[in-house]
Amino acid sequence: MDARPEAAIQVDVRNVSKVHFSMKGEPLLALLDVNFQVRRNEFFSIVGPSGCGKTTLLNLLAGFEQPTRGELEVGGEAITAPGWERAVVFQEYALFPWYTVVQNVRYGLQRKRVPEAEQRRLVDHYIGLVGLRGFESRYPRELSGGMRQRVSIARALAVNPSILLMDEPFASLDIQTREYMQDELLKIWQSEPKTVIFVTHSIDEAIKLSDRIAIMAPRPGRVEEIKTVEFARPRDPTDLEVVRLAAEVKAWLRQQVFGSRQGEDAARV
Amino acid sequence: MNGAGQRAMPAPADVRAASAGAARADASAPPATAERRAPTTPDALARLAASMVAPRPPAWRRALTRIARLWLLALFVAVWELVSVFGQRINPQLEVMMPPPTAVISAAADLLSRGVLFTHIFASLQRVLLAVGAATLLGVPLGLAMGWSARFRSVVDPLLEFVRPIPPLAWIPLSILWFGIGDVQIVYIIFLAAFFPVVLNSLAGARDVDTYLVRAGLSLGARPRELFLTVVLPAALPHIFTGMRIGLGIGWMALVAGELVAAPSGLGYMINNARTLFRSDYILLGMVLIGVLGLVLDYLMRQAARLAMPWHKGQ
Repeated sequence: MDARPEAAIQVDVRNVSKVHFSMKGEPLLALLDVNFQVRRNEFFSIVGPSGCGKTTLLNLLAGFEQPTRGELEVGGEAITAPGWERAVVFQEYALFPWYTVVQNVRYGLQRKRVPEAEQRRLVDHYIGLVGLRGFESRYPRELSGGMRQRVSIARALAVNPSILLMDEPFASLDIQTREYMQDELLKIWQSEPKTVIFVTHSIDEAIKLSDRIAIMAPRPGRVEEIKTVEFARPRDPTDLEVVRLAAEVKAWLRQQVFGSRQGEDAARV
Repeated sequence: MNGAGQRAMPAPADVRAASAGAARADASAPPATAERRAPTTPDALARLAASMVAPRPPAWRRALTRIARLWLLALFVAVWELVSVFGQRINPQLEVMMPPPTAVISAAADLLSRGVLFTHIFASLQRVLLAVGAATLLGVPLGLAMGWSARFRSVVDPLLEFVRPIPPLAWIPLSILWFGIGDVQIVYIIFLAAFFPVVLNSLAGARDVDTYLVRAGLSLGARPRELFLTVVLPAALPHIFTGMRIGLGIGWMALVAGELVAAPSGLGYMINNARTLFRSDYILLGMVLIGVLGLVLDYLMRQAARLAMPWHKGQ
Protein backbone atom coordinates (compact mmCIF):
# COMPACT_ATOMS: atom_id res chain seq x y z
CA MET A 1 0.00 0.00 0.00
CA ASP A 2 2.61 2.53 1.07
CA ALA A 3 6.26 1.92 0.36
CA ARG A 4 7.64 3.63 3.46
CA PRO A 5 10.28 2.26 5.84
CA GLU A 6 8.93 -0.33 8.26
CA ALA A 7 10.30 1.58 11.26
CA ALA A 8 7.91 4.46 10.73
CA ILE A 9 4.87 2.26 11.18
CA GLN A 10 3.43 2.77 14.65
CA VAL A 11 -0.02 1.19 14.52
CA ASP A 12 -0.54 -2.12 12.79
CA VAL A 13 -4.04 -3.57 12.35
CA ARG A 14 -4.03 -7.03 10.81
CA ASN A 15 -7.04 -9.10 9.74
CA VAL A 16 -9.19 -7.75 12.55
CA SER A 17 -12.73 -9.07 12.84
CA LYS A 18 -15.12 -8.29 15.67
CA VAL A 19 -18.38 -10.03 16.55
CA HIS A 20 -20.89 -8.14 18.67
CA PHE A 21 -24.03 -9.58 20.18
CA SER A 22 -27.47 -8.11 19.55
CA MET A 23 -30.01 -7.57 22.34
CA LYS A 24 -31.43 -10.99 21.54
CA GLY A 25 -27.97 -12.51 21.84
CA GLU A 26 -27.48 -13.08 18.13
CA PRO A 27 -23.89 -12.65 16.91
CA LEU A 28 -23.39 -9.74 14.50
CA LEU A 29 -20.32 -9.11 12.38
CA ALA A 30 -19.25 -5.55 13.30
CA LEU A 31 -15.87 -5.72 11.55
CA LEU A 32 -14.51 -8.08 8.91
CA ASP A 33 -10.81 -8.52 8.07
CA VAL A 34 -9.73 -4.95 8.67
CA ASN A 35 -6.13 -4.17 7.66
CA PHE A 36 -4.18 -0.92 7.80
CA GLN A 37 -1.04 0.69 9.19
CA VAL A 38 -0.61 4.14 10.62
CA ARG A 39 2.76 5.87 10.61
CA ARG A 40 4.23 7.82 13.51
CA ASN A 41 2.88 11.41 13.67
CA GLU A 42 0.47 10.75 10.84
CA PHE A 43 -3.00 12.27 10.79
CA PHE A 44 -5.13 9.27 9.87
CA SER A 45 -8.90 9.48 9.51
CA ILE A 46 -11.48 6.74 9.42
CA VAL A 47 -14.67 7.72 7.60
CA GLY A 48 -17.83 5.86 6.81
CA PRO A 49 -21.57 5.90 7.34
CA SER A 50 -23.08 5.07 10.70
CA GLY A 51 -23.03 1.38 11.46
CA CYS A 52 -19.84 0.71 9.52
CA GLY A 53 -17.90 -0.14 12.66
CA LYS A 54 -15.62 2.90 12.89
CA THR A 55 -16.32 3.41 16.57
CA THR A 56 -15.83 -0.30 17.21
CA LEU A 57 -12.47 -0.02 15.49
CA LEU A 58 -11.51 2.90 17.71
CA ASN A 59 -12.63 1.00 20.82
CA LEU A 60 -10.33 -1.85 19.80
CA LEU A 61 -7.44 0.58 19.30
CA ALA A 62 -8.16 2.16 22.68
CA GLY A 63 -8.16 -1.28 24.30
CA PHE A 64 -11.75 -1.00 25.59
CA GLU A 65 -12.65 -4.13 23.62
CA GLN A 66 -10.70 -7.08 22.28
CA PRO A 67 -10.86 -8.30 18.66
CA THR A 68 -12.61 -11.61 17.95
CA ARG A 69 -9.97 -12.39 15.32
CA GLY A 70 -6.77 -10.70 14.21
CA GLU A 71 -4.15 -8.49 15.84
CA LEU A 72 -3.81 -4.82 16.77
CA GLU A 73 -0.32 -3.64 17.63
CA VAL A 74 1.24 -0.36 18.70
CA GLY A 75 5.00 -0.16 18.30
CA GLY A 76 5.10 -3.90 17.76
CA GLU A 77 3.23 -4.74 20.98
CA ALA A 78 -0.31 -6.10 21.10
CA ILE A 79 -3.02 -3.83 22.52
CA THR A 80 -4.48 -5.61 25.54
CA ALA A 81 -5.86 -2.76 27.68
CA PRO A 82 -6.32 1.01 27.70
CA GLY A 83 -3.07 2.92 28.23
CA TRP A 84 -1.55 6.39 28.44
CA GLU A 85 0.18 6.18 25.08
CA ARG A 86 -3.30 6.03 23.46
CA ALA A 87 -5.43 8.87 24.87
CA VAL A 88 -9.07 9.04 23.80
CA VAL A 89 -11.24 12.06 22.99
CA PHE A 90 -14.91 11.08 23.00
CA GLN A 91 -17.75 12.56 20.98
CA GLU A 92 -19.75 13.47 24.08
CA TYR A 93 -16.57 14.73 25.82
CA ALA A 94 -16.86 12.27 28.77
CA LEU A 95 -15.66 14.91 31.21
CA PHE A 96 -16.09 14.11 34.88
CA PRO A 97 -18.98 16.37 35.93
CA TRP A 98 -17.80 16.41 39.56
CA TYR A 99 -14.38 17.84 38.66
CA THR A 100 -13.53 21.37 37.57
CA VAL A 101 -11.63 22.10 34.36
CA VAL A 102 -8.30 21.93 36.20
CA GLN A 103 -9.21 18.72 38.01
CA ASN A 104 -10.31 17.08 34.76
CA VAL A 105 -7.10 18.00 32.96
CA ARG A 106 -5.02 16.87 35.95
CA TYR A 107 -6.82 13.51 36.26
CA GLY A 108 -4.47 11.45 34.08
CA LEU A 109 -1.38 13.11 35.55
CA GLN A 110 -2.45 12.10 39.05
CA ARG A 111 -3.05 8.52 37.93
CA LYS A 112 0.40 8.65 36.33
CA ARG A 113 1.94 9.78 39.66
CA VAL A 114 3.50 12.86 38.05
CA PRO A 115 5.10 15.12 40.74
CA GLU A 116 2.79 17.92 41.98
CA ALA A 117 4.80 20.84 40.60
CA GLU A 118 5.07 19.15 37.20
CA GLN A 119 1.30 18.48 37.27
CA ARG A 120 0.62 22.17 37.84
CA ARG A 121 2.96 23.19 35.03
CA LEU A 122 1.46 20.73 32.54
CA VAL A 123 -2.15 21.53 33.46
CA ASP A 124 -1.44 25.22 33.02
CA HIS A 125 0.30 24.61 29.70
CA TYR A 126 -2.52 22.56 28.20
CA ILE A 127 -5.30 24.79 29.50
CA GLY A 128 -3.46 27.65 27.79
CA LEU A 129 -2.95 25.60 24.63
CA VAL A 130 -6.69 25.01 24.24
CA GLY A 131 -7.50 28.63 25.20
CA LEU A 132 -9.34 28.04 28.45
CA ARG A 133 -7.45 30.40 30.79
CA GLY A 134 -9.95 32.01 33.11
CA PHE A 135 -12.19 28.94 33.19
CA GLU A 136 -9.98 26.78 35.40
CA SER A 137 -12.42 26.45 38.27
CA ARG A 138 -15.59 25.99 36.22
CA TYR A 139 -17.50 22.73 36.21
CA PRO A 140 -18.15 21.12 32.81
CA ARG A 141 -21.87 21.89 32.91
CA GLU A 142 -20.98 25.60 33.09
CA LEU A 143 -19.17 25.39 29.73
CA SER A 144 -20.37 25.38 26.13
CA GLY A 145 -20.00 22.28 23.95
CA GLY A 146 -16.93 23.64 22.19
CA MET A 147 -15.26 24.51 25.49
CA ARG A 148 -16.04 21.08 26.93
CA GLN A 149 -14.43 19.42 23.95
CA ARG A 150 -11.36 21.60 24.43
CA VAL A 151 -11.13 20.47 28.05
CA SER A 152 -11.40 16.90 26.83
CA ILE A 153 -8.59 17.47 24.33
CA ALA A 154 -6.41 19.12 26.99
CA ARG A 155 -7.07 16.19 29.34
CA ALA A 156 -6.01 13.72 26.66
CA LEU A 157 -2.91 15.70 25.64
CA ALA A 158 -1.77 16.24 29.23
CA VAL A 159 -0.72 12.60 29.71
CA ASN A 160 1.56 13.04 26.68
CA PRO A 161 0.18 10.22 24.53
CA SER A 162 1.98 9.25 21.35
CA ILE A 163 -1.39 8.48 19.78
CA LEU A 164 -4.54 10.55 20.03
CA LEU A 165 -7.70 8.55 19.35
CA MET A 166 -10.62 10.83 18.49
CA ASP A 167 -14.15 9.46 18.11
CA GLU A 168 -16.22 11.99 16.12
CA PRO A 169 -14.96 14.69 18.48
CA PHE A 170 -16.63 17.60 16.72
CA ALA A 171 -19.84 15.89 15.59
CA SER A 172 -22.07 17.52 18.18
CA LEU A 173 -20.69 21.04 17.73
CA ASP A 174 -22.26 23.74 15.59
CA ILE A 175 -20.58 24.28 12.24
CA GLN A 176 -18.62 27.45 13.13
CA THR A 177 -17.30 25.96 16.34
CA ARG A 178 -16.49 22.75 14.48
CA GLU A 179 -14.40 24.55 11.85
CA TYR A 180 -12.64 26.58 14.52
CA MET A 181 -11.87 23.42 16.49
CA GLN A 182 -10.54 21.70 13.35
CA ASP A 183 -8.12 24.58 12.81
CA GLU A 184 -7.07 24.51 16.45
CA LEU A 185 -6.55 20.75 16.34
CA LEU A 186 -4.30 21.11 13.30
CA LYS A 187 -2.32 23.84 15.07
CA ILE A 188 -1.85 21.66 18.15
CA TRP A 189 -0.93 18.68 16.02
CA GLN A 190 1.67 20.75 14.18
CA SER A 191 3.12 22.25 17.38
CA GLU A 192 3.22 18.96 19.33
CA PRO A 193 3.45 16.17 16.75
CA LYS A 194 1.41 13.07 17.54
CA THR A 195 -0.22 10.27 15.69
CA VAL A 196 -3.90 11.13 15.38
CA ILE A 197 -6.50 8.52 14.52
CA PHE A 198 -9.62 10.48 13.82
CA VAL A 199 -13.04 8.88 13.36
CA THR A 200 -15.63 10.96 11.56
CA HIS A 201 -18.65 10.54 9.31
CA SER A 202 -17.80 13.80 7.54
CA ILE A 203 -15.75 13.32 4.37
CA ASP A 204 -15.10 17.06 4.15
CA GLU A 205 -13.69 17.05 7.66
CA ALA A 206 -11.48 14.06 6.90
CA ILE A 207 -10.14 15.68 3.72
CA LYS A 208 -9.47 18.97 5.50
CA LEU A 209 -7.45 17.33 8.29
CA SER A 210 -5.87 14.07 7.21
CA ASP A 211 -2.74 12.70 5.62
CA ARG A 212 -4.61 9.53 4.76
CA ILE A 213 -8.22 8.43 4.99
CA ALA A 214 -9.49 4.90 5.50
CA ILE A 215 -12.94 4.59 3.95
CA MET A 216 -15.21 2.04 5.55
CA ALA A 217 -18.38 0.40 4.31
CA PRO A 218 -21.11 -1.22 6.41
CA ARG A 219 -22.63 -4.73 6.69
CA PRO A 220 -20.15 -6.11 7.39
CA GLY A 221 -17.96 -3.23 8.60
CA ARG A 222 -14.77 -3.22 6.53
CA VAL A 223 -12.08 -0.90 5.24
CA GLU A 224 -12.69 -0.62 1.52
CA GLU A 225 -10.05 1.82 0.51
CA ILE A 226 -7.29 4.04 1.85
CA LYS A 227 -6.87 7.42 0.17
CA THR A 228 -3.86 9.68 0.50
CA VAL A 229 -4.56 13.40 0.67
CA GLU A 230 -1.58 15.19 -0.89
CA PHE A 231 -2.75 18.81 -0.77
CA ALA A 232 -0.75 21.23 1.37
CA ARG A 233 -2.34 22.56 4.56
CA PRO A 234 -4.24 24.74 5.24
CA ARG A 235 -6.67 23.25 2.76
CA ASP A 236 -9.29 25.36 1.10
CA PRO A 237 -12.59 23.45 0.95
CA THR A 238 -13.52 25.37 -2.21
CA ASP A 239 -10.31 24.39 -4.01
CA LEU A 240 -11.21 22.47 -7.17
CA GLU A 241 -8.98 19.50 -6.36
CA VAL A 242 -10.41 19.24 -2.88
CA VAL A 243 -13.97 19.45 -4.18
CA ARG A 244 -13.24 16.78 -6.76
CA LEU A 245 -11.74 14.39 -4.20
CA ALA A 246 -14.67 14.96 -1.82
CA ALA A 247 -17.22 14.33 -4.60
CA GLU A 248 -15.43 11.19 -5.67
CA VAL A 249 -15.37 9.73 -2.16
CA LYS A 250 -18.97 10.74 -1.46
CA ALA A 251 -20.23 9.18 -4.68
CA TRP A 252 -18.35 6.00 -3.99
CA LEU A 253 -19.66 5.82 -0.41
CA ARG A 254 -23.23 6.45 -1.51
CA GLN A 255 -22.94 3.57 -3.90
CA GLN A 256 -21.66 1.33 -1.11
CA VAL A 257 -24.49 2.26 1.21
CA PHE A 258 -27.49 2.79 -1.05
CA GLY A 259 -26.68 0.69 -4.10
CA SER A 260 -25.54 1.44 -7.61
CA ARG A 261 -28.29 3.67 -9.06
CA GLN A 262 -28.04 6.48 -6.55
CA GLY A 263 -24.29 6.16 -6.77
CA GLU A 264 -24.38 6.83 -10.50
CA ASP A 265 -26.73 9.77 -9.98
CA ALA A 266 -24.37 11.24 -7.44
CA ALA A 267 -21.38 10.78 -9.71
CA ARG A 268 -23.16 12.59 -12.54
CA VAL A 269 -23.92 15.66 -10.38
CA MET B 1 -5.36 28.53 20.59
CA ASN B 2 -3.39 30.52 23.15
CA GLY B 3 -3.96 33.34 20.70
CA ALA B 4 -7.73 33.01 21.04
CA GLY B 5 -8.00 36.50 22.48
CA GLN B 6 -6.08 38.05 19.61
CA ARG B 7 -7.82 36.26 16.78
CA ALA B 8 -10.28 38.99 16.01
CA MET B 9 -7.94 41.97 15.91
CA PRO B 10 -9.58 45.27 16.77
CA ALA B 11 -8.77 48.39 14.78
CA PRO B 12 -5.39 49.96 15.72
CA ALA B 13 -7.06 52.91 17.46
CA ASP B 14 -8.94 50.49 19.71
CA VAL B 15 -5.74 48.70 20.53
CA ARG B 16 -4.13 51.93 21.66
CA ALA B 17 -7.19 52.81 23.68
CA ALA B 18 -7.10 49.51 25.50
CA SER B 19 -4.78 49.55 28.51
CA ALA B 20 -2.21 46.82 29.06
CA GLY B 21 -4.31 45.52 31.94
CA ALA B 22 -7.39 45.21 29.74
CA ALA B 23 -5.38 43.37 27.11
CA ARG B 24 -4.29 40.81 29.67
CA ALA B 25 -7.86 40.36 30.83
CA ASP B 26 -8.82 39.74 27.21
CA ALA B 27 -6.31 36.92 26.84
CA SER B 28 -8.16 34.96 29.50
CA ALA B 29 -11.52 35.74 27.99
CA PRO B 30 -13.52 33.30 25.85
CA PRO B 31 -12.82 33.28 22.08
CA ALA B 32 -13.62 36.75 20.94
CA THR B 33 -16.16 37.55 18.28
CA ALA B 34 -16.03 40.50 15.93
CA GLU B 35 -17.93 42.86 18.26
CA ARG B 36 -15.21 44.18 20.55
CA ARG B 37 -17.32 46.74 22.38
CA ALA B 38 -19.20 44.09 24.34
CA PRO B 39 -17.43 43.07 27.55
CA THR B 40 -15.99 39.58 27.47
CA THR B 41 -14.98 38.78 31.05
CA PRO B 42 -17.58 36.73 32.94
CA ASP B 43 -17.75 39.37 35.69
CA ALA B 44 -18.38 42.23 33.31
CA LEU B 45 -21.02 40.22 31.48
CA ALA B 46 -22.75 39.39 34.75
CA ARG B 47 -22.79 43.11 35.65
CA LEU B 48 -24.15 44.00 32.22
CA ALA B 49 -26.88 41.36 32.51
CA ALA B 50 -27.79 42.63 35.98
CA SER B 51 -28.10 46.19 34.66
CA MET B 52 -30.72 45.07 32.12
CA VAL B 53 -33.20 43.51 34.53
CA ALA B 54 -35.01 44.68 37.62
CA PRO B 55 -32.79 44.36 40.71
CA ARG B 56 -33.38 41.25 42.77
CA PRO B 57 -35.53 42.12 45.79
CA PRO B 58 -33.72 42.04 49.14
CA ALA B 59 -33.71 38.83 51.15
CA TRP B 60 -36.37 39.96 53.64
CA ARG B 61 -38.65 40.87 50.74
CA ARG B 62 -38.24 37.44 49.14
CA ALA B 63 -38.82 35.75 52.49
CA LEU B 64 -42.01 37.78 52.91
CA THR B 65 -43.24 36.78 49.45
CA ARG B 66 -42.65 33.15 50.28
CA ILE B 67 -44.49 33.45 53.62
CA ALA B 68 -47.40 35.14 51.85
CA ARG B 69 -47.80 31.99 49.73
CA LEU B 70 -48.66 30.05 52.89
CA TRP B 71 -52.15 31.58 52.84
CA LEU B 72 -53.82 28.24 52.06
CA LEU B 73 -52.20 26.62 55.08
CA ALA B 74 -53.17 29.61 57.23
CA LEU B 75 -56.74 29.41 55.94
CA PHE B 76 -56.85 25.70 56.77
CA VAL B 77 -55.71 26.35 60.36
CA ALA B 78 -58.17 29.22 60.75
CA VAL B 79 -61.12 27.15 59.51
CA TRP B 80 -60.09 24.30 61.76
CA GLU B 81 -60.00 26.70 64.74
CA LEU B 82 -63.40 28.20 63.93
CA VAL B 83 -65.08 24.87 63.26
CA SER B 84 -63.87 23.26 66.46
CA VAL B 85 -64.49 26.31 68.71
CA PHE B 86 -68.00 27.01 67.43
CA GLY B 87 -68.73 23.33 66.79
CA GLN B 88 -68.22 22.60 70.46
CA ARG B 89 -71.27 24.71 71.27
CA ILE B 90 -73.42 22.47 69.08
CA ASN B 91 -71.73 19.17 69.87
CA PRO B 92 -69.66 19.11 73.10
CA GLN B 93 -67.99 15.86 72.00
CA LEU B 94 -65.91 17.89 69.56
CA GLU B 95 -63.75 19.10 72.44
CA VAL B 96 -62.26 15.61 72.55
CA MET B 97 -62.79 14.57 68.94
CA MET B 98 -61.20 17.65 67.36
CA PRO B 99 -59.45 20.14 69.64
CA PRO B 100 -58.62 23.51 68.01
CA PRO B 101 -55.07 24.55 67.04
CA THR B 102 -54.90 26.87 70.05
CA ALA B 103 -55.46 23.86 72.30
CA VAL B 104 -52.58 22.06 70.55
CA ILE B 105 -50.32 25.06 71.18
CA SER B 106 -51.21 25.20 74.86
CA ALA B 107 -50.64 21.43 75.04
CA ALA B 108 -47.14 22.03 73.63
CA ALA B 109 -46.49 24.75 76.22
CA ASP B 110 -47.77 22.44 78.94
CA LEU B 111 -45.55 19.51 77.97
CA LEU B 112 -42.62 21.82 77.37
CA SER B 113 -42.86 23.32 80.85
CA ARG B 114 -42.93 19.82 82.34
CA GLY B 115 -39.81 18.94 80.30
CA VAL B 116 -41.46 15.88 78.76
CA LEU B 117 -41.71 17.07 75.17
CA PHE B 118 -38.00 17.18 74.38
CA THR B 119 -37.46 13.81 76.01
CA HIS B 120 -39.90 12.26 73.51
CA ILE B 121 -38.55 14.20 70.54
CA PHE B 122 -34.95 13.28 71.31
CA ALA B 123 -35.85 9.63 71.90
CA SER B 124 -37.48 9.45 68.46
CA LEU B 125 -34.77 11.43 66.66
CA GLN B 126 -32.00 9.39 68.22
CA ARG B 127 -33.59 6.13 67.10
CA VAL B 128 -34.22 7.21 63.53
CA LEU B 129 -30.76 8.73 63.06
CA LEU B 130 -29.05 5.68 64.52
CA ALA B 131 -31.04 3.32 62.31
CA VAL B 132 -30.68 5.33 59.08
CA GLY B 133 -26.98 5.78 59.83
CA ALA B 134 -26.57 2.02 60.14
CA ALA B 135 -28.64 1.45 56.98
CA THR B 136 -26.36 3.86 55.12
CA LEU B 137 -23.13 2.34 56.43
CA LEU B 138 -24.19 -1.16 55.42
CA GLY B 139 -26.52 -0.44 52.51
CA VAL B 140 -24.37 1.93 50.44
CA PRO B 141 -21.33 -0.40 50.11
CA LEU B 142 -23.61 -3.38 49.47
CA GLY B 143 -25.60 -1.50 46.83
CA LEU B 144 -22.49 -0.13 45.11
CA ALA B 145 -20.89 -3.57 45.02
CA MET B 146 -24.08 -5.04 43.56
CA GLY B 147 -24.29 -2.28 40.96
CA TRP B 148 -20.63 -2.65 40.01
CA SER B 149 -20.46 -6.44 39.72
CA ALA B 150 -23.23 -8.24 37.88
CA ARG B 151 -21.99 -11.54 39.27
CA PHE B 152 -22.15 -10.34 42.87
CA ARG B 153 -25.61 -8.93 42.16
CA SER B 154 -26.89 -12.22 40.80
CA VAL B 155 -25.75 -13.97 43.99
CA VAL B 156 -27.10 -11.47 46.53
CA ASP B 157 -30.23 -10.36 44.69
CA PRO B 158 -32.40 -13.46 45.36
CA LEU B 159 -31.84 -13.21 49.13
CA LEU B 160 -32.52 -9.49 49.11
CA GLU B 161 -35.66 -9.81 47.03
CA PHE B 162 -36.89 -12.56 49.34
CA VAL B 163 -36.61 -10.40 52.45
CA ARG B 164 -37.58 -7.06 50.92
CA PRO B 165 -41.36 -7.56 50.44
CA ILE B 166 -41.82 -8.34 54.15
CA PRO B 167 -43.14 -5.08 55.64
CA PRO B 168 -40.98 -3.79 58.52
CA LEU B 169 -44.04 -3.79 60.75
CA ALA B 170 -44.42 -7.55 60.25
CA TRP B 171 -41.06 -7.87 61.97
CA ILE B 172 -42.29 -6.23 65.18
CA PRO B 173 -43.52 -9.37 67.01
CA LEU B 174 -40.37 -11.34 66.23
CA SER B 175 -38.11 -8.39 67.02
CA ILE B 176 -39.78 -8.01 70.43
CA LEU B 177 -39.00 -11.67 71.12
CA TRP B 178 -35.40 -11.11 70.05
CA PHE B 179 -34.60 -7.76 71.62
CA GLY B 180 -37.43 -7.09 74.08
CA ILE B 181 -39.30 -3.77 74.12
CA GLY B 182 -36.86 -0.92 73.89
CA ASP B 183 -34.49 1.12 71.77
CA VAL B 184 -32.71 -1.81 70.12
CA GLN B 185 -35.95 -3.33 68.88
CA ILE B 186 -37.30 -0.08 67.42
CA VAL B 187 -33.95 0.80 65.83
CA TYR B 188 -33.99 -2.62 64.22
CA ILE B 189 -37.45 -1.99 62.72
CA ILE B 190 -36.42 1.42 61.34
CA PHE B 191 -33.21 -0.08 60.01
CA LEU B 192 -35.20 -2.67 58.04
CA ALA B 193 -37.40 0.05 56.61
CA ALA B 194 -34.51 2.32 55.55
CA PHE B 195 -32.08 -0.38 54.40
CA PHE B 196 -33.74 -1.42 51.14
CA PRO B 197 -34.24 2.00 49.55
CA VAL B 198 -30.60 2.79 50.40
CA VAL B 199 -29.36 -0.46 48.83
CA LEU B 200 -31.53 -0.28 45.71
CA ASN B 201 -30.70 3.35 44.94
CA SER B 202 -26.97 2.85 45.48
CA LEU B 203 -27.20 -0.17 43.21
CA ALA B 204 -28.90 1.84 40.48
CA GLY B 205 -26.30 4.61 40.87
CA ALA B 206 -23.33 2.30 40.43
CA ARG B 207 -24.96 0.23 37.68
CA ASP B 208 -25.94 3.24 35.55
CA VAL B 209 -22.56 4.99 35.60
CA ASP B 210 -21.92 6.37 32.13
CA THR B 211 -19.79 3.83 30.22
CA TYR B 212 -17.85 6.66 28.64
CA LEU B 213 -16.82 8.06 32.01
CA VAL B 214 -15.54 4.63 33.04
CA ARG B 215 -13.66 4.35 29.75
CA ALA B 216 -12.26 7.85 30.11
CA GLY B 217 -10.98 6.90 33.56
CA LEU B 218 -9.46 3.66 32.28
CA SER B 219 -7.76 5.30 29.32
CA LEU B 220 -6.28 7.93 31.67
CA GLY B 221 -4.74 5.15 33.72
CA ALA B 222 -7.12 4.74 36.68
CA ARG B 223 -6.58 1.52 38.64
CA PRO B 224 -9.70 -0.30 39.89
CA ARG B 225 -9.60 1.36 43.33
CA GLU B 226 -9.07 4.81 41.82
CA LEU B 227 -11.79 4.19 39.26
CA PHE B 228 -14.20 3.37 42.07
CA LEU B 229 -13.31 6.41 44.17
CA THR B 230 -13.02 8.98 41.37
CA VAL B 231 -15.69 7.81 38.94
CA VAL B 232 -18.19 5.26 40.28
CA LEU B 233 -18.69 6.79 43.73
CA PRO B 234 -19.21 10.42 42.62
CA ALA B 235 -21.40 9.28 39.72
CA ALA B 236 -23.58 7.29 42.13
CA LEU B 237 -23.68 10.01 44.79
CA PRO B 238 -26.96 11.65 43.65
CA HIS B 239 -28.63 8.21 43.77
CA ILE B 240 -27.10 7.48 47.15
CA PHE B 241 -28.54 10.70 48.54
CA THR B 242 -31.93 9.91 47.02
CA GLY B 243 -31.81 6.50 48.70
CA MET B 244 -30.93 8.08 52.03
CA ARG B 245 -33.77 10.59 51.70
CA ILE B 246 -36.29 7.87 50.92
CA GLY B 247 -34.82 5.69 53.67
CA LEU B 248 -35.13 8.52 56.16
CA GLY B 249 -38.75 9.17 55.13
CA ILE B 250 -39.80 5.54 55.36
CA GLY B 251 -37.73 5.07 58.51
CA TRP B 252 -39.54 7.97 60.14
CA MET B 253 -42.90 6.33 59.40
CA ALA B 254 -41.68 2.97 60.68
CA LEU B 255 -40.44 4.66 63.85
CA VAL B 256 -43.84 6.06 64.74
CA ALA B 257 -45.53 2.77 63.94
CA GLY B 258 -43.00 0.90 66.05
CA GLU B 259 -43.42 3.30 68.94
CA LEU B 260 -47.19 3.04 68.73
CA VAL B 261 -47.05 -0.71 69.21
CA ALA B 262 -44.50 -0.91 71.98
CA ALA B 263 -42.02 1.63 73.33
CA PRO B 264 -40.91 3.20 76.59
CA SER B 265 -40.70 6.71 75.07
CA GLY B 266 -40.87 8.71 71.86
CA LEU B 267 -43.51 10.62 69.93
CA GLY B 268 -45.40 7.47 68.92
CA TYR B 269 -45.47 6.39 72.55
CA MET B 270 -46.65 9.87 73.54
CA ILE B 271 -49.58 9.67 71.11
CA ASN B 272 -50.61 6.20 72.24
CA ASN B 273 -50.33 7.17 75.88
CA ALA B 274 -52.46 10.26 75.27
CA ARG B 275 -55.14 8.08 73.66
CA THR B 276 -55.53 6.03 76.86
CA LEU B 277 -55.93 9.34 78.75
CA PHE B 278 -58.39 10.81 76.20
CA ARG B 279 -55.99 13.73 75.68
CA SER B 280 -56.62 14.39 72.00
CA ASP B 281 -54.72 17.68 72.20
CA TYR B 282 -51.57 15.67 72.97
CA ILE B 283 -52.39 13.28 70.13
CA LEU B 284 -52.69 16.12 67.64
CA LEU B 285 -49.56 17.76 68.99
CA GLY B 286 -47.67 14.50 68.45
CA MET B 287 -49.00 14.22 64.89
CA VAL B 288 -48.04 17.79 64.03
CA LEU B 289 -44.56 17.33 65.51
CA ILE B 290 -44.03 14.13 63.54
CA GLY B 291 -44.94 15.94 60.34
CA VAL B 292 -42.77 18.98 61.06
CA LEU B 293 -39.76 16.93 62.15
CA GLY B 294 -40.05 14.76 59.04
CA LEU B 295 -40.03 17.92 56.94
CA VAL B 296 -36.98 19.29 58.79
CA LEU B 297 -35.05 16.02 58.42
CA ASP B 298 -35.72 15.93 54.69
CA TYR B 299 -34.69 19.56 54.34
CA LEU B 300 -31.42 18.92 56.18
CA MET B 301 -30.79 15.92 53.94
CA ARG B 302 -31.26 18.03 50.81
CA GLN B 303 -28.90 20.68 52.16
CA ALA B 304 -26.29 18.00 52.91
CA ALA B 305 -26.66 16.72 49.33
CA ARG B 306 -26.15 20.22 47.95
CA LEU B 307 -23.02 20.73 50.02
CA ALA B 308 -21.62 17.33 49.06
CA MET B 309 -22.27 17.77 45.32
CA PRO B 310 -21.57 21.35 44.26
CA TRP B 311 -21.43 20.23 40.63
CA HIS B 312 -24.91 18.73 40.72
CA LYS B 313 -28.01 20.58 39.64
CA GLY B 314 -30.23 21.46 42.57
CA GLN B 315 -32.78 18.85 43.53
